[in-house]
Amino acid sequence: MQNKKKPIKAELITRLEYKSYFLRRKLLQLTGKIGGAHIGGSFSMMEMVVCLYHSFLKVDPINPKKADRDIFILSKGHAGVGYCLILADLGFFPEQDLDTFNQTGSKFGVHPDHKAIPGVEASTGSLGHGLGLALGIALAKKLDGKSERVVALLSDGEMCEGSVWEALLAAHHYKTGNLLAIIDYNKMSQDGPLSEIMELAPLKLKLETFGWRVHEIDGHNIHDILHTLRDLPDPATSKQPTAILMNTIKGKGVPFMENTVLWHYGGMDTEVEKKALAALDETYNSVIERFKKLETP
Amino acid sequence: MSDSILNPNAEGLTWTVETLDELTQAEIYGRVLTSLAKTRPEIVFLTADLVKSTKMKEFVQAYPDRFFNLGIMEQTLMTVAAGMSLAGKHPFVSTFGTFASMRACEQVRTDICYQGTRVKIMATHSGLSFGQAGTTHHCLEDIAIMRTFAGMTVIVPADSFETAQVVRALVDYPGPAYVRLGRGFEFPAYENDQFEFKIGKANTLHEGKDFTIIACGVGVEGGKEAAEFLKHDEKIEVRLLDMHTIKPLDREAIIRAAKETGGIVTVEEHSIIGGLGSAVAEVLAEERLAVPFKRLGIPDQWAMIGYPEDLYEHYGISANGIRETVLKMVKSAK
Repeated sequence: MQNKKKPIKAELITRLEYKSYFLRRKLLQLTGKIGGAHIGGSFSMMEMVVCLYHSFLKVDPINPKKADRDIFILSKGHAGVGYCLILADLGFFPEQDLDTFNQTGSKFGVHPDHKAIPGVEASTGSLGHGLGLALGIALAKKLDGKSERVVALLSDGEMCEGSVWEALLAAHHYKTGNLLAIIDYNKMSQDGPLSEIMELAPLKLKLETFGWRVHEIDGHNIHDILHTLRDLPDPATSKQPTAILMNTIKGKGVPFMENTVLWHYGGMDTEVEKKALAALDETYNSVIERFKKLETP
Repeated sequence: MSDSILNPNAEGLTWTVETLDELTQAEIYGRVLTSLAKTRPEIVFLTADLVKSTKMKEFVQAYPDRFFNLGIMEQTLMTVAAGMSLAGKHPFVSTFGTFASMRACEQVRTDICYQGTRVKIMATHSGLSFGQAGTTHHCLEDIAIMRTFAGMTVIVPADSFETAQVVRALVDYPGPAYVRLGRGFEFPAYENDQFEFKIGKANTLHEGKDFTIIACGVGVEGGKEAAEFLKHDEKIEVRLLDMHTIKPLDREAIIRAAKETGGIVTVEEHSIIGGLGSAVAEVLAEERLAVPFKRLGIPDQWAMIGYPEDLYEHYGISANGIRETVLKMVKSAK
């Protein structure tokens, strides 16, 4: 458990904001190279995954199978490209490996394979599985008296799967306080706004009714994310699973990619890539400035 | 059945042959697993509201903290078991075959097989063993489904004795497995549980050179009875192979049967599409072994409702049906 009392330093926030911007930039460049990627959902979860890996999870890029590590499962496996960029940036594997993304014989397909990619804990992509897998791991850890945390990151569209609600029900029944579910609530799925496809609201209430502790936060606000993560109950003693319902924007950071299904999955030519990079730089202009100041001696 | 016959010191051998004879397949599974779990703390047991039906009470009483009842959620049952395996546990999962193979089909494929877990699925009430329960509870598709999953081992024990052997073989077996059990009213094909059992290696229960019956599950006992009748009354020497493992399949035993005997009939309590018969046919075709061949099983239709023994008789997979089929094939070959 991190120190609750310590205030979160502005410098840390700036660095994590910059990292989120920097990885979005990398993703745009990689998309150009590999022909297509799930940009929308990778951008909506970016700040959360960056915060998890840089400031919360006990994991070791040098020793990915280390005993007593925290477990993270990307249940929304279609955002695997964004996730793999974060893992590469942390040093789980060389970044140039990602150039093979989607290629025949590559370790990297659209949806991550845990047997092929260091740092990936479970193979996901079929929606509605990640929370149940995390629950199984959490139950095993409880049985062994271990105190690590198990985290599953779900998409909101995925909440339409009945198996998610089965797992929510079972996690409460088994009092898995070491289980954290994060829901990327960007309110869009592949075909359009969820309000039109399949309404989830009132989602917080539904989760609470299923017996979960729920924090609803702004999923792009590093300060909020860090505070929420640091104030989570101790996984060793908690008897109630926790959900973070994070309000996000699909395609966040590049205005012409925001809140549209067009960039759920997409490719781009050099011209669109240039346009996207310029738009991204503009969005994060002040973050870039603050970061540069930190780096200037 | 009293617990007093239990000998807690003997691993996996905690009852007499007489007692074993009285127990159903699922009860045997429960008892052997409970015994073997003593020295294997990694073994956990999961079910979906079927402790009583799957006869696992003994395990639940012995290891309450290693038992997880997921309620009636077969999909999450399989997914949670997969997660526990990823975290180092050795999960044994029980539910009815129809739900294990179809309701939770994708979870078995994607979470248990693709993730590379060692989850063991002990599917009860398979085939027509709960025939009177109606079509929703008939399970005639599971072998076909399960054998297409890469890395999945598929086993169909003939009776309670063989089930005991299967559980002993599985407690230290590395990958995932689907074990197809009945409801527990099967006649025994073996006399006791003291015979050689190896996953992937067929057992010859009756020697013969005229013809071969390749059977699994309840077909083995029926095949045995048919082979004995054919020997005494018709002087036809029939080889009977208990093909308990559908995958990996004992190709050598099939090739030998085709080369050394006059023809092959397969017997299974499963659709004739995709099960044991199909698996054997694949080997015969690939090996260019054009022998007289027939698949006995349930034809491409929804099976009748009824008591299992009546249905086995109706679909020709009981001793009578097997005997008639073999006799006809042997005569027409002459």
